[in-house]
Amino acid sequence: MPIDLVANVVLSGVLTGLVYGLMALGLSVIFGVVRVVNFAHGEMMTIAMYATVVLFAAFKLDPFVAMVPVAAAFFVFGYALQAAVINPFITRPEHSQFMLVLAIAIIMVNGLLMAFGPDARNLQVDYQLESFALGPILVDKARLYAAFTALAVSAGLFAFFKFARIGKAIRACADNYLGARVVGLDVKRYYAFTFGLGSACVAVAGCMMILLVDVTPALGPAYTLLAFVIVIVGGLGSMGGALLGGVLIGVSEAMAGLFITPSAKSMFSFGLLILVLLFRPQGLLGKKA
Amino acid sequence: MNRRAAILLAALGVALAALPGFANAYVLSVATLILFLAYTGQAWNVMMGFAGQLSLGHSLYVGVGAYAAAGLFFHFGIGPWAGVWLAIALCAAFGAAIGFLAFRFGISGVYFALLTIAFAEFTRIGFDHLDWTGGPGGLFIKVAQRDQIDLANFRGPPAMYYYAMLALAAGAFALCAVLLRSRAGYYWQAIRENEEAAQALGINTFRWKMAAVLLSSAMTAVSGVFFAFYYNNLFPEQIFNISRSIEIILGPIIGGVGTLFGPILGAAVLTILADLITELLAALGWEIPGIKQVFYGIVLLVVIMFLPHGIWPALARKLGVGK
Repeated sequence: MPIDLVANVVLSGVLTGLVYGLMALGLSVIFGVVRVVNFAHGEMMTIAMYATVVLFAAFKLDPFVAMVPVAAAFFVFGYALQAAVINPFITRPEHSQFMLVLAIAIIMVNGLLMAFGPDARNLQVDYQLESFALGPILVDKARLYAAFTALAVSAGLFAFFKFARIGKAIRACADNYLGARVVGLDVKRYYAFTFGLGSACVAVAGCMMILLVDVTPALGPAYTLLAFVIVIVGGLGSMGGALLGGVLIGVSEAMAGLFITPSAKSMFSFGLLILVLLFRPQGLLGKKA
Repeated sequence: MNRRAAILLAALGVALAALPGFANAYVLSVATLILFLAYTGQAWNVMMGFAGQLSLGHSLYVGVGAYAAAGLFFHFGIGPWAGVWLAIALCAAFGAAIGFLAFRFGISGVYFALLTIAFAEFTRIGFDHLDWTGGPGGLFIKVAQRDQIDLANFRGPPAMYYYAMLALAAGAFALCAVLLRSRAGYYWQAIRENEEAAQALGINTFRWKMAAVLLSSAMTAVSGVFFAFYYNNLFPEQIFNISRSIEIILGPIIGGVGTLFGPILGAAVLTILADLITELLAALGWEIPGIKQVFYGIVLLVVIMFLPHGIWPALARKLGVGK
């Protein structure tokens, strides 16, 4: 196999993986703080993808512009969802939380099916067909821009949790629920804020992903599983781990597509997940529990 | 169990046994589906409701059980009475592998649930590439002759399948009722409530959690065999799909996790609800793809929000019967 073909595939896997990473980052942030597993994560991703398609069709809005209103809308939605529906469930057993989020996911998938039908949708912008040439390696412009955006948003989120007052308060809630309440933090409000942030992350990831793949309602559950694989591999609750996991999965999917058969690509992801769960259950970059 | 509960249970048993006498084909097929889900939900409940181990990958056992028996029948003409043992052995082996790995490495809670999903998905994709079972194109076994009963190969009219499923569901119910009051049942409940405390009391938690997984996977294998010979076609995409795992666990969760009647009640409520929604929407002329599941999701959401322990505990109080 020619080496430049492999290099091309690896690079495109890394770039796609960064977008996966941003999607998983949203899940990781929500789990790390709220301790609720968002089983509707992939469904939210597809909603963002459809929203971008609709905005593009209606207003000719470029996905890189559309991501601002979509992310804002998702923040509000996530905040409201946590505040109104999920907050009463944070002390209930895991299977109860699971069913709650699952019911929301079922409504989302099938709501999309009602609104858009089962056929694949996409959008076409001119830079999707262009590429930069680095010697023998061709880099898709759209993929590169999408990966940079994902990196930038992730960096912003890192900075927010590191430096901003609200970010620090949220970390306090995650570290010690009781302690955070003792010092007077309104924990449930910060939970809602966190869910909003996680939703905004997945919204941006969705706006980027629609440049790379077509969207169908059935993609939602598949993305949910993918996001799980990524955060477990990287380490649930670890932000750097989510990005690393995303890149790993992106590359392994691309390589499996090249060397074996594209239909077997997620077998590698799940195989990797099983190995990581068994030998390093806290994930590659996760802290030991 | 008090007297009232015994009378109600007997009445339910008589009604179910007499059902094929007056029900039409449609009602019978719905009843068979309810019993199928009740039985499988009961099997899942052993692991989650009794021992507290959340499995989100029970489609694995349904699928492996179904493919094992159907493969034997399709390739070698070996009937399900022999095939079911292979199904049970294979599923128990899968369950043992998952349980051993998870419990030895101290994986629990959400992580355990995700591990079960990962194994189910891994196996689904594996079967997609397994030619012996037809790969993604599916495995088909000869459709039953509806007018004659061939018990040796488990081929026959719908009523035969109904009674087989009724026997399985009743057997599982009785088994669980006995188990809940046995030493094993108390050990499991202790582990479910507080594993560390259970261990401190000298319970070998690893061994009893393994026992729950083995029993649950073996019971689910049988429902896989039934599935194969009732529906006659198997596709990895359908039988291993995570939505099938969810279908299995919805009944017990809606009905009441850890209760004996929960899986049965939940399966009945959900199946009838789904059919009512279909009929209602058809009557209104709102037949848009997806609308049925949206309503289903909304009802699910409402039940979970307002009856967090499931329907059965609330209903049992109303009926004046014990758990």
